[in-house]
Order: sequence, then C-alpha cells, then structure tokens
Amino acid sequence: MNEAKSATGIGASVKRKEDVRFITGSGCYTDDINQPGQSHAAFLRSPYARARIESIDASAALEIEGVIAVLTGADMVADGLGDIPCGWLVKQKDGSDMVSAPHPPMAATQTNYVGEPYGVVIADTLAAARLGMEAVLTDFTELDAIVDLATVRDSEQIHEGVEGNLAFDWELGEREATEAALASAAHVTRLDLTNNRLIPNAMEPRAALGIFDKVSGEHTLYTTSQNPHLARLVLSAFVQIAPEHKLRIVAPDVGGGFGSKIFIYAEETAVIWAARKVGRPVKWTADRSESFLADAHGRDHITHAELGTDEEGRFVALKVQTTANLGAYLSTFGSAVPTYLYGTLMAGQYSTPNIYVEVQGVYTNTAPVDAYRGAGRPEATYVVERIVETAARELGRDPVELRRLNMIKPDQFPYETPVALVYDTGNYEASLAKALVHADYAGFAERRAAAAAEGKRRGIGLACYIEACGLAPSNLAIQLGAQVGLYESGEIRVNPTGSVTVFTGSHSHGQGHETTFAQVVSDKLGIPFEDVEVVHGDTGRVEFGLGTYGSRSLAVGGSALIRAAEKLITKGRRIAAHMLEAEVDAVEFIDGDFLVKDSNQSLSFAEIAFAAYVPANYPEDLEPGFSEKAFYDPENFTYPAGTHIAEVEVDVDTGVVELKQFVAVDDFGNVINPMIVTGQVHGGVAQGAGQALLEQAIYDEFGQLVTGSYMDYCMPRADDVPDFTVDTTVTPCTHNPLGVKGCGEAGAIGSPAAIMNAVTDAVGDNSISMPATSEKVWRALR
Amino acid sequence: MKVSLTVNGDRHELDVPENTLLVEIIRERLGLTGTHIGCDTSQCGACTVHMNGRTVKSCSLLAGQIDGAEITTIEGIGTPEDLHPMQAAFRECHALQCGFCTPGMIMRAIELVEQTPELDNKAVREGLEGNICRCTGYHNIVEAVLHAARVPQSARAE
Ligand code: FES
Ligand code: FES
Repeated sequence: MNEAKSATGIGASVKRKEDVRFITGSGCYTDDINQPGQSHAAFLRSPYARARIESIDASAALEIEGVIAVLTGADMVADGLGDIPCGWLVKQKDGSDMVSAPHPPMAATQTNYVGEPYGVVIADTLAAARLGMEAVLTDFTELDAIVDLATVRDSEQIHEGVEGNLAFDWELGEREATEAALASAAHVTRLDLTNNRLIPNAMEPRAALGIFDKVSGEHTLYTTSQNPHLARLVLSAFVQIAPEHKLRIVAPDVGGGFGSKIFIYAEETAVIWAARKVGRPVKWTADRSESFLADAHGRDHITHAELGTDEEGRFVALKVQTTANLGAYLSTFGSAVPTYLYGTLMAGQYSTPNIYVEVQGVYTNTAPVDAYRGAGRPEATYVVERIVETAARELGRDPVELRRLNMIKPDQFPYETPVALVYDTGNYEASLAKALVHADYAGFAERRAAAAAEGKRRGIGLACYIEACGLAPSNLAIQLGAQVGLYESGEIRVNPTGSVTVFTGSHSHGQGHETTFAQVVSDKLGIPFEDVEVVHGDTGRVEFGLGTYGSRSLAVGGSALIRAAEKLITKGRRIAAHMLEAEVDAVEFIDGDFLVKDSNQSLSFAEIAFAAYVPANYPEDLEPGFSEKAFYDPENFTYPAGTHIAEVEVDVDTGVVELKQFVAVDDFGNVINPMIVTGQVHGGVAQGAGQALLEQAIYDEFGQLVTGSYMDYCMPRADDVPDFTVDTTVTPCTHNPLGVKGCGEAGAIGSPAAIMNAVTDAVGDNSISMPATSEKVWRALR
Repeated sequence: MKVSLTVNGDRHELDVPENTLLVEIIRERLGLTGTHIGCDTSQCGACTVHMNGRTVKSCSLLAGQIDGAEITTIEGIGTPEDLHPMQAAFRECHALQCGFCTPGMIMRAIELVEQTPELDNKAVREGLEGNICRCTGYHNIVEAVLHAARVPQSARAE
C-alpha cells in the first residue's frame, strides 16, 4: 500500500490516465458526437469590418434541397434573447463604470468585425447548409473600418454612446509620487513597446451540438468549453436561452483552450437556440478559417514605459501607459485582462517603491480580444523585463546584477507592492541562480565569440517574471468588478466498496486533471490511485464550478478536494470511534487507516465506507452515507515566479533567428506531478517563442484579417524550437492546503521577454518588435 | 460515385458525392473519429493517416483519388491492451496533452521511424514539420519518437 502510494501520490510523475484513450483514437471531442436526426449549421459572417445590415433575402437559400431554416440576429432579438455580458466591470479613473457596448450574440443591425456572425443556415447536411449560406443575399452598407490603435481615439465612433471609442480609462498606483520620483531620478530609461496581437489556435476548433428535448423541456449543449458552468450561468441568466435547471452543458474532451474557450460566443449560443427553434439537434464545428476570424484574439497593446533609477541602480519609479485593443466588443474577460491582470503585475520581482499604470481600453473593428495563455501577465512581464534589460544596457550594468540588486529579498515576505498585490512568499534569487547555472551564463562570452568567428551574432536574454494565479478571494474580486465568484467546488463520493468518484468544477483540456486530481485524492485518503475516478466538464454531473483558466485548477480546485477529503476523514473518525469503542479524539487517520492511538485497533477506509452505507454498527446521531463536498475560496492569489533565459543566434546574411537554448527555472510551490508540470512549461515556452519570433495577427486598413490561415499566420513547428531545459525551485504557497501555485501559464509569460532580450542583444538594436521575423532582423542589421 | 477501400483491414464499398474528402469518409461514413480535422488548408497534420503504407493528409484527398486504397488510421495500429510501440512511447514520454494532434503525430512518427534509419533530434524535428501541436512545445514528442526508434521495430508488427 505504502509503496504503491508513493509511486502514484503527490510528487510522483504518474503516467496519465487520460492518455490511453487519446493515443488509441478513442477520445471523445465535441465534433465526434452525433445525434440521430441532427442538422448542421453554417454561419453567415460579415465580409466587412464595419457595415450596416440593410436587408437579408433568404428566399433562394430556402429553395435549396435540405435547407431547413435561415435564422438571423434579428430573429434572436425578436425571440427576446439578451446580449452577451462582459464578466468584469472595470471602474474608470473618475470612478465611473466602463462603457460597455451591447454585444448581441449575432449582429442584428450592424456588424463590427470581419467574420462576425449575423445569421445561421440550418440544413440536413453540412453541404446543404453551406450552399444555403452562399445563396443568402445580404445587402450591406459598408462603413469606414476603425482599426488603427494610433488613431482610434480620433476616429468615427463605432458604438453609439462610446465617445472616442474608449471603453475605459483606468489607472492603478500613485501618479504624482511616481512622476516626482521619475523627475528626481539619476537616470530614466524610456521604452516604447508593442505587444503583438495573437490568435490562440487550440488545435481543436470550437464546436457545438445543441439538443432540445420537447417532452422534458431540457436543453443540452455539447461544446468546447473551459468552464461549462459559467457558460450555463451566462446563457441562462443573461442571454436567457433557458432556465438554468433546464440547461445542461457538457464539455467532453476538449482539444486545448489557452483561454480561447473560456468565453461565451455567438455560435454556441445560436446552436442551442436554433435546436429548439427547428426542433432538431443542431451541430456546428468551426473550420480553421472561422477560428481565425471569430475566436477571441489575445494581447495587442502599445505601451510607453519609463523606469527611473538612482545612482546605485536601484529602481525608484516605473510609469506605464498602455493602449489596449479590446476589439469590437468586450468579451467575457476582455476588460479584466489589460487592467487587473496586467497593471497589478508591474512590480515584477522588484521592490520598486513607486509605480503608476494607466490603460486605455479601446474598441476597434476587429475580433474581440480576451484572455490568451497568461492573459495580461505576459504583457506586464514584457514591459517590466524589457525595460529592466534596457536600463542595464543604458547604465552599462550586468543585467543579472542589476536585477539581483532590485529583487525583493526572501525575508521581505509577505511583500505588499505599490500595485495592490501582497506576495505571500518567494525566493527570486534562488531561481535566478539556478537558471544561470543551467544556462552556463558564465560561458556565454565564449559562445558569443565562437559564433562571431562563424559570422553569426549570438545574444542572451533573461526574464525574471512573476505572475498571479487563482484570482482571489471572491469578495475582493467582486469589489474590483468581477461579476462572478472565484472559488471552486469539489466533491468526493465514496462508493460503498471504498473506491471514489471525484467531481470537480475545474475543467481539463490537456492539463491532465484526471491524473493529478486522482493523485491528490488518493494521497490524501490513502487509497489506491486506480480507485479514484475524476469527473469534470458536465453541469449535469458536477454541482457547480468556475472552470479552468489563470492556472487556477490545482490551487483552487485541488484545494476544494482537500477540504472535501478532510470532511470525509472527520466523519470517518466518528464512525471508526463508534465501531472501535474509542473516543473520537483518540482516532487518527494515517495512510488510509483509521487507528486508535496507542492500540493495535484499526479500520480501513474501505471498511468505514461500507459501514457508512450499511450502518449496522453506527453512531446514532450521524447520517449514513460517505460523500462530502466543499467550495474553496482562496485567501489570496498565488504567485509563481522564476527566471527564464534564452540564447539565440542570428544569421547576419538572412536575418534568421535561431533559438539555441531556453532555460526555465520556475517556483510553482509544491509540485504534484513533475512530468505534467514540465510538459506545461514546454508548451507555454513554445507559445511564447511563437509570439516572440513568428506569430502575429494582422488586419489591413479595411479591417480584413490578412493572417487568416496557417499559410499566413506562422505557428511554431517542431523545427522552430529547441529542446528546453526546465527545472524548479520551491517555496510552498502559504495559504492553500497543497502549497501549490499553478504552472499553466508561466512558460508563455517569461519567454517572450527573455527571447526578445536575447534577440536585441544579438542584433544590437533595442527597437526590434515582436515577432522578430527574419525580415525585421535583416533590416535592423543593415 | 462509388469507391472501394480497405480501412484497418476492413473492406468498404461506398457511394459518396464526388467532392467527399477522405477524412470525411473516415470520420463520418466509417465513424472512426480518432482522425481529426485541425485546419482547412492542409497545414496541421491532425488528419494524417497511412495510405498504401505512406502518410497522407486525409483532408487533402478526394474520393476519386482513393479507390482501391489501403488505409490505416490510429484505430488500426494498436489497442489499449496491445499498443503500438509509438503509442506506448507517446504515453511514456508525456508527448501529448489535449490529445487532438496526437493521432496524426503518431501516424507521421511511425512512418518517420520506418523511413529513417539514423534518426536524431534534428531529423525528428524536421520530419514532424507538417504536424502542428499547440500544447506540448514538441520537446516530449521528439523524445517519444526517439524513444520509439530505439525499440526494435520487429518487436511488434504493425
Ligand atoms: S486537417 Fe488535414 S492538414 Fe489540417
Ligand atoms: S497535444 Fe494538444 S495539440 Fe498536441
């Protein structure tokens, strides 16, 4: 028992439970599910970035064999459906609410980005639906597209009542103190940065299958969601598709999310609505072109930053001014990402005493922008770590030494930053030191010389990042504008034979919860790993949940399971005390056994479970049954942090940048499954490398998406990245029972800054922007 | 039009519209949903299968091009009880997260190992260039392929 437990318990690299179905082709993704009598949906999408819908003539489409219905945004309005709400209400500088333009599920009168759905054709077959789509005649009046961030404030108004296309003008920190400190600083480093717009590109496109049961009135929506309960809440309470108890949302196997599957989208909404309207199941699966156009995009900031230093090189003040492109509408977390998930991170790992951040969130005629892996924190890290590196160069200081000088020291925790966070714990110098060894930082000069001898330029760059995960606590988040709580639910149902089924409100779309959560529960309850089944992603089976984003699953969802397990143990001790005729206080729970102290009497977990369901010899005042649940609301964020070091080589003749080495040393607190954690870092780093070197979503002046397929949008492929060196340091989180911090986003947070510090170091030009394509680098070298 | 093809050893005679893609036949007509669709420009490799012993992107072949073909999909190479060495290597090396790219990756990796006697890290990376994975950063996929390449292929015939 003990041996088995240590091989599968907390800290073991257990092979994943979910893998067998995926490697044999037996996974069950939304598009793999079919219903008898199902029809297919094809969406009518705006060909213009901004246009008035004058009329829609569906008569020819309805003549086509197999076409069942053509439904429009106007039909949705007529049916009384509500708008899609933004989940975070940001307060502006002057205390007023942000200006949230109405976001109809499908456009009814005006479209505001290319690809925006304004209607849907339902047909017997997908082919017929597509033919129908071609046959619909829509009369648009094209309006000028507003896409340029530099001029958006002075452009025509996109939404009625939104002056200057400004959704919010937000600030954090002390402006006067920061400006005064900058004015008296010995040196001020100034930097203009662009954080390139990205398209998340989970490999599984979004999909939905809506089913309406006339008899029971029940709606079922299979969909690619990271948070099915939140989707149900919004679709029920705001969009008013159906009452919550008549709406079941199932997110089965989901092929990656990276944020893009958090949000409530038009298509999923339309599919479940249409299923009731046409009286048949309706299915829709995005093709990749639709994903490019209509998935929420990420990043897209322009920023000016100033960092003041004193004579010794200590940071005295940081001022950051950012314009964030929100796209045509405020998506679910669109307002939170460039504010509370961005401005709050500007202290980084440093004890900068004065910090001020202001962010103007603007509407443009582009797809909505929302959370993408890291969500605000990669953007913040990019600002902090690029300007720190730049300061080191300007001051002629070693970038490592300058960082070390300014780092928050281990004895300064808990550390309150000037931008509203309290870091509970950390040891930044430890991860820095370890990363330097892995990267052989000391040997870099030699490698640079060797590269130079071959006519290549070699550069090295660091990023010492911090992130805040597991947004919390709920009451604070709600005060700051969140429209939902940020706890998580967990339930452990023990079966009479002692095996358990775990229900979690977190959702796994690649993270491996079925394995990690089983490790946590089997370890805590001392039962075999194989005896734990993890259920997630179905509002019909799991009581409630807020889903998976912001690296919150283990820290919040895992903690809920620990709390539920503790309740089980408490109840088990009472049952055991009764059965063994001992005082409750004398019963201990160790490694799956309830033991009476100082005796050889004990009962196993399974025996207690059986007794709870067959209560023959049982405490009179205790309910039978052995099942407990908990809602866990964290006290604080968790603060993963670490150092990433990139080394690149630039071909002077071609401008091609080769990522030669990437080292990531992260402090995620305690680690449950090192294999899975390492994999999360690998994936994040590759996405960050994609942002730094390859990826960019580009709209032209008419608001047409130029990078609308894998031919034009450059995804990192196997030969674009090297093997990565990944290691950890540990300072356990102080406020959750597992001591964990979250590992899902770190790779994508630290890597862009580290890589761009390396590229600009190699080229000797600090103005190169992401992505550092061969063309840009080649030009910079001329 | 009529097509006949063999998929995972089973022969099928089908009547399909001319513009039907092989991947649609596999997924919709035969219900073999292990083969995935990740793009519409033949760029991602999620749909990779073996046709007459070579990997093809099944989203880029029309019904008229596959008459008489022998197709093997992810469902045809191993079972949970008897995994293909490449399937086992993917699990062993944690070479998958969401699993969506995985069937295509495995099909391509099998061919790569068969075709290339001396595989190294660089050759694997170049060989997998046609398959996109958004989750793993490729590190563990490369490791899995090299791991499987070390297993004698005679250990288990496809
Ligand atoms: S679906 Fe075939 S290559 Fe993408
Ligand atoms: S494992 Fe998710 S795309 Fe490769």
